Amino acid sequence: MKPHPELQQFLAQRQTRRTFLGRTAQGVGALALTSLLNPTLLSAGAALAQKDKWKGVVNPLDYPQKVKRVIWLSMAGGPSHLETFDSKPKLAQMHGQPMPASFTEGKQIAQLQGQKLVCFGPQHGFKKFGRNGTEICELFPQIGSVIDEICLVRSMTTEAINHDPAHMFMNTGSQIAGRPSMGSWATYGLGSESEDLPGFVVLTSLGQGGQNQPIAARQWAAGLLPSRFQGVHLRGKGDPVLYLSSPAGVTHAQQKDVVNTINKINAKYDTIVDDPEIATRIVQYEMAFKMQTSVPELMDLKPEGAKMLELYGCQPGDGSFASNCLLARRLAERGVRFIQLYHKDWDHHGGVKDGIRLKALEIDRACMALITDLKQRGMLEETLIVWAGEFGRTPMSQGGDGRDHHNAGFTIWLCGGGIKPGFVFGATDELGYSAIENPVDVHDLHATMLRLMGIEHTKLSVKFQGLDVRLTGIAGKSIEEILT
Amino acid sequence: MSTELETIVFFLRPRQIEKNRTQFMDDLSRLRSIVCRSIVLMFALSTVGAEKPSYNRDIRPILSDNCFHCHGPDQKTRKGKFRLDVREDAVAKNAIVPGKPEESEVIARIFASNPDDIMPPSEAHKVLTTAQKELLRRWIADGAPYEKHWAYVPPVKSAIPAGKNPIDALVRQRLRQVGLKPAPPADPRTMVRRLYFDLIGLPPKPEEVEAFAKDKSPDAVSHLVEKLIASPQFGERMAIGWLDVVRFADTIGYHSDTPRNVWPYRDYVIKAFNENKHFDVFTREQLAGDLLPNSTLEEKVGSAFNKLLLSTEEGGAQPKDYEARMLTDRVRAVSAVWLGQTIGCAQCHDHKFDPIKQRDFYSLGAFFADIDEPIIGGRGPGIAVPDDQQAAELKRLTQARTRAQKAFDAPNESWNAAFAVWEKVQAEAAMQEQRWTALHPITAVATSGAKLQIEATNSVLAKGKTAETETYTLTFSNVPPGIVGLRLEALPHPILPMKGPGRDAAGDFNLTRVTVKVAGTNRITFNGARADVEGDLSSVINENAAETSKGWSIETQTNQAHQLILGLTAPLTLASNEMLMLELQQRQALGNFRIGFTTNTEALTGPLRFPPAKEISDILVISADKRDAKQKETLFAHFKSIAPETTKARERLADARKARQDYEASLPHCLVSSTNAQPRTVRILPRGNFLVETGDIVSPALPVYLAGTNTTGRRLTRLDLANWLVARENPLTARVVMNRLWKQFFGLGLSRVVDDLGAQGELPPNQPLLDWLACEFVDSGWDMKHMVRLLVNSEVYQQSSVSSKKLRARDPLNRELAGQSRWRLDAELVRDNALAVSGLLVEKIGGPSVKPYQPDGYWENLNFPVRSYDATPGPDQYRRGLYVWWQRSYLHPSLLAFDAPTREECAAERNRSNIPQQALVLLNDPSYVEASRALAVLALKDGGADTKARLTWAWRQVLSRAPRADELKTMQALLDKQLAEYRADPAAAQALLKIGLTPAPQTTDQSELAAWTNLARVLLNLHETITRS
Repeated sequence: MKPHPELQQFLAQRQTRRTFLGRTAQGVGALALTSLLNPTLLSAGAALAQKDKWKGVVNPLDYPQKVKRVIWLSMAGGPSHLETFDSKPKLAQMHGQPMPASFTEGKQIAQLQGQKLVCFGPQHGFKKFGRNGTEICELFPQIGSVIDEICLVRSMTTEAINHDPAHMFMNTGSQIAGRPSMGSWATYGLGSESEDLPGFVVLTSLGQGGQNQPIAARQWAAGLLPSRFQGVHLRGKGDPVLYLSSPAGVTHAQQKDVVNTINKINAKYDTIVDDPEIATRIVQYEMAFKMQTSVPELMDLKPEGAKMLELYGCQPGDGSFASNCLLARRLAERGVRFIQLYHKDWDHHGGVKDGIRLKALEIDRACMALITDLKQRGMLEETLIVWAGEFGRTPMSQGGDGRDHHNAGFTIWLCGGGIKPGFVFGATDELGYSAIENPVDVHDLHATMLRLMGIEHTKLSVKFQGLDVRLTGIAGKSIEEILT
Repeated sequence: MSTELETIVFFLRPRQIEKNRTQFMDDLSRLRSIVCRSIVLMFALSTVGAEKPSYNRDIRPILSDNCFHCHGPDQKTRKGKFRLDVREDAVAKNAIVPGKPEESEVIARIFASNPDDIMPPSEAHKVLTTAQKELLRRWIADGAPYEKHWAYVPPVKSAIPAGKNPIDALVRQRLRQVGLKPAPPADPRTMVRRLYFDLIGLPPKPEEVEAFAKDKSPDAVSHLVEKLIASPQFGERMAIGWLDVVRFADTIGYHSDTPRNVWPYRDYVIKAFNENKHFDVFTREQLAGDLLPNSTLEEKVGSAFNKLLLSTEEGGAQPKDYEARMLTDRVRAVSAVWLGQTIGCAQCHDHKFDPIKQRDFYSLGAFFADIDEPIIGGRGPGIAVPDDQQAAELKRLTQARTRAQKAFDAPNESWNAAFAVWEKVQAEAAMQEQRWTALHPITAVATSGAKLQIEATNSVLAKGKTAETETYTLTFSNVPPGIVGLRLEALPHPILPMKGPGRDAAGDFNLTRVTVKVAGTNRITFNGARADVEGDLSSVINENAAETSKGWSIETQTNQAHQLILGLTAPLTLASNEMLMLELQQRQALGNFRIGFTTNTEALTGPLRFPPAKEISDILVISADKRDAKQKETLFAHFKSIAPETTKARERLADARKARQDYEASLPHCLVSSTNAQPRTVRILPRGNFLVETGDIVSPALPVYLAGTNTTGRRLTRLDLANWLVARENPLTARVVMNRLWKQFFGLGLSRVVDDLGAQGELPPNQPLLDWLACEFVDSGWDMKHMVRLLVNSEVYQQSSVSSKKLRARDPLNRELAGQSRWRLDAELVRDNALAVSGLLVEKIGGPSVKPYQPDGYWENLNFPVRSYDATPGPDQYRRGLYVWWQRSYLHPSLLAFDAPTREECAAERNRSNIPQQALVLLNDPSYVEASRALAVLALKDGGADTKARLTWAWRQVLSRAPRADELKTMQALLDKQLAEYRADPAAAQALLKIGLTPAPQTTDQSELAAWTNLARVLLNLHETITRS
């Protein structure tokens, strides 16, 4: 006798899918039918959908909620900390000399396996910014201009050292496929405030340097959580959401008639077979139809005006990281819980000097704009922004002008509600190899993020294959030192 | 009688009907949040009754979930040095004093009020309910009897009263115990649809529904079952679940997620189900088909199972890392597919809930250490998998090749004669070559500024600038004493125009003057020049001759080496500090050349012919009688490979080889298992860390907790593993497979957690039923069709699925089977159904995976290489869902929306979600729009004369029943409106009808067809359409 996996399943999946709505045949069926017969709008259905909203399993919250949402800027490919946020004068001095073995022994190495390891000095200068004179690479003056809002973590580590497993680990806390992504956890835990958009949205952009590593859709998959928590990829080209547009030759009004007819017949059928799933399906069709309007509206940046576009440095429809940052703000305004941006092309095995310059042009202004814009609107204090690659890069040279993957120490930054602004946490050794002061791992980062959202990470779990599966695995500790 | 079901009832039923909706929902979401997070508050209520607590049913779940993490099998995390999973230990430590709860430490601790004493401790975030505590107390009072975990004890076959279907008997028995009544049989229309969807995954045609409804014989169902089980679509239907659980996919999974050849394995699975390959054989072939004596092609293809794991081609992947990943991937797969064990945790430590040791995990992984494969990188094409016809053709081509080879190898007098001539000429050339020594220039400069690059072979390659006239100046030291001649070799090179040797556009050059000087002295004079291509050589060497545009050039003989030999008037010996300077004046410059010297006057008159490659020349310079047999053979083979006399035979052989090779490459291929005589060393990796190489080395061994100690004198193989999995004494395999089979026909497993029959899984409420099925499966010789027949011919299966609120309240998940269940069709079947009812479906079995329409750019985040997606043209566009290209990292979005798993990991269970993306797919995916149009065409063509008849026809076609009056009215209203709109906008009608590869008939009224297309879209979107009931 062991009801809990079952109850869990039953409640997390069936209830999640709002099946209980239809438990009284006269309930949803009748209500929805009324709404369908009444052409004023799908108002009754919408009202139902509203009531039926997933409010999250963390209720009440474990901690006071510092942020309502997360905007996670995934710098895909693995940015070099040594040309961005971690100044290493000693490495510059050692340029061209053998990397002391004491730094590298027993550590994972990717493409440099078995090769001679040579120190490779930082390829760009660093400058002091902000009231504390925080040193960051001079290629990022815009980020420098808002450095007093930002908390740098210079002691990040991860377990994986190849792109795919490292992304999986950064997103799901596991290197095994099939675990829920952090955005799925967040929406599962808290629900979403959005009326007509998914709670977890993903945007991707390409860099111009040509090092665009692949990203698998599993990075935003709900894994073992119900599908409704999966991230929805908003695409820059074609339908922003897959299959969003009505077929050619079908007007919006005609599509509405089709949807209404489907729902009307389904509602009637429910009165005969009394199947709770039918009410859910009716709500889903209404949601889908609403998305056909709400998503194109969301994606249209023209109403933002020239000044706003100038702030971000983007043009409508250019598919750039900057555009995606602006979209992230629009998604945040609409109550989306977890917004994840992937910007690719950080994989500088070669040509790191020019490559970083290109990346700086692509992200520097946009990051500043996002922070500034949110702050102006009073939204920064209720938003957590995380800027992080899946790993960093070696202090050793690869091929004379590049850097290899590196997981023993790199830099990320956080910004927004509950985060100490203008703060630097942790440090790598003098050559930028290992995090030696206050090392932070991925589970810690996840725990911190959940904590800011009001969730104790050890309590947010789901039974799967006999285990209490958590985003933080069996580890993780919130980084209290960086919290206000 | 208390059951879990009542706890759910307790939990869900109250006030449900009386209370208004809002309040009910608020209650639910509040309860939901409590339940999802703290799990078990209510189930203890179920057993607060008179009945004695049972260890397996009541106690183990509490201990496993709350205590074993720290007081269980894993000694590394064990606290307080005692364990509760082994009775002796618990009793020895007084944790449990049988019969005396008041003296038991466990009871003291769980009832403790002091936060420092209470168990489980607060940091575990586990809270025992009062009822659970009470249960534990009663159990100890009863003497604390332990039981072995139910699934590790061999199943016992219950006796069934004669003449009864055992399934019916066992379910009814249970229903009587819990006080429920079976539902009436389903109506014929529901029954026929259920059987079609469950057994072949396709809807019945209206005439098939009618025939079944008319068949009043008692055998109507079993006749239909026999017909469906015998149809080739049965294998397709059964394959879907198996392909999920073995994680079959067309791509490798990690990073670049590139394609690999495994689809013949999918066809193998379909065929196995169709031919009712018994499950023990099926198991052996998949794990060890390659190890079976004289294994057949089919058995080898079965062994592709071992290649279905994730692999990587990412640069910088570390072999030890992926070796560990692959081992654990395979262990997880075998455990999931056959044992229903979630053994993955034992990668890093002994299992916390089940008695699985880390050693068991790696020993199981060691069974696969013999598989021959690269750890990182491409897997290659695999072996050719021809069908019978293709195999015959391949045999024919192989024989042709053998014949051509024989002809080429046969003794041939005329070739021997030609060889003798050739050998003489070439031997001379080889001797001549030996007389020359190439020298390495110290400097090489061009007046034009071109870069002269001196190569390791002593040749000089010109790059960069060109000029109308050009002079190269080369200097040499260490020139041997007494040189009598110089040689200039003009050599081809891939970077030169026409491959050179010259730099002009035609690959030619024109050497007009050669001057040799010893630095600081007079020039050296020549007494003659010879070249393999004639030119005005005298002007080249005569310093007094007027330099003309004529000199030495090679005209059109590009891409070959040429030579110019220059004789010195007198032998030359340089002093040790002297340098030789060579000037080459040219009109069109040389691109690649080499300078050589000779001290042998014979070299000046020897042949102007380059000898064959060094390894041949080295033989040629040996006199014929001193060559050994191998050298002779090499020489003759070389001759045959180039001689004009052998051209015909050679080409015939090359053609025959190529024909066979091309044909073989064009055949389907499949990755299969093969064994390497040197298995990889498998070590226990402490905490799963592949960087630590200090763990014990292990050999293949069966899990000790299931098989006992099982070392033998020899290394166990994958075949031993397979044999054990399907051995009668294995308590798990048959239960696991039957539990999954049950799920296919009843919606849920008899043990609910189908992928875990371990301690954290569920003791099946009707264990006698699962055990009976497991025993019968083994007794029948692992006969899958037999078991399917038993299931679907039972009355339990044939019950109505229309439930009542009252029943749902008592048994919300239908665990007691007082009725059938209803569920949304699986992703592939949603597609199959639309294609079938619209007449588009192409019922071909097997073959390469197909690509249905997919939104542009969906693969934009794939790379290495960047990929475009081209929808499959022709009939293959309309194949069933199980043939859709399975791209792990970007599964086809319409399948994904309906919860098809990506198959990166074994998936015994699919979500059955109900999300907006499903609506978007059915409404807007061109596959469904095209199917709607095709259905509309059929309705207009075959549906009858008037609208009502046509609507009724379409309705029957999709739903196997006539529409009700209100449904007709609703449809008619939509149709009228759409028709008027398309009449007003014919261009819109055209646009809609253009969707899809199949052109719409132009003869039909386009506006009418468009309106009907939207009507058909409604039909394909209906809940009833995509529901199996």
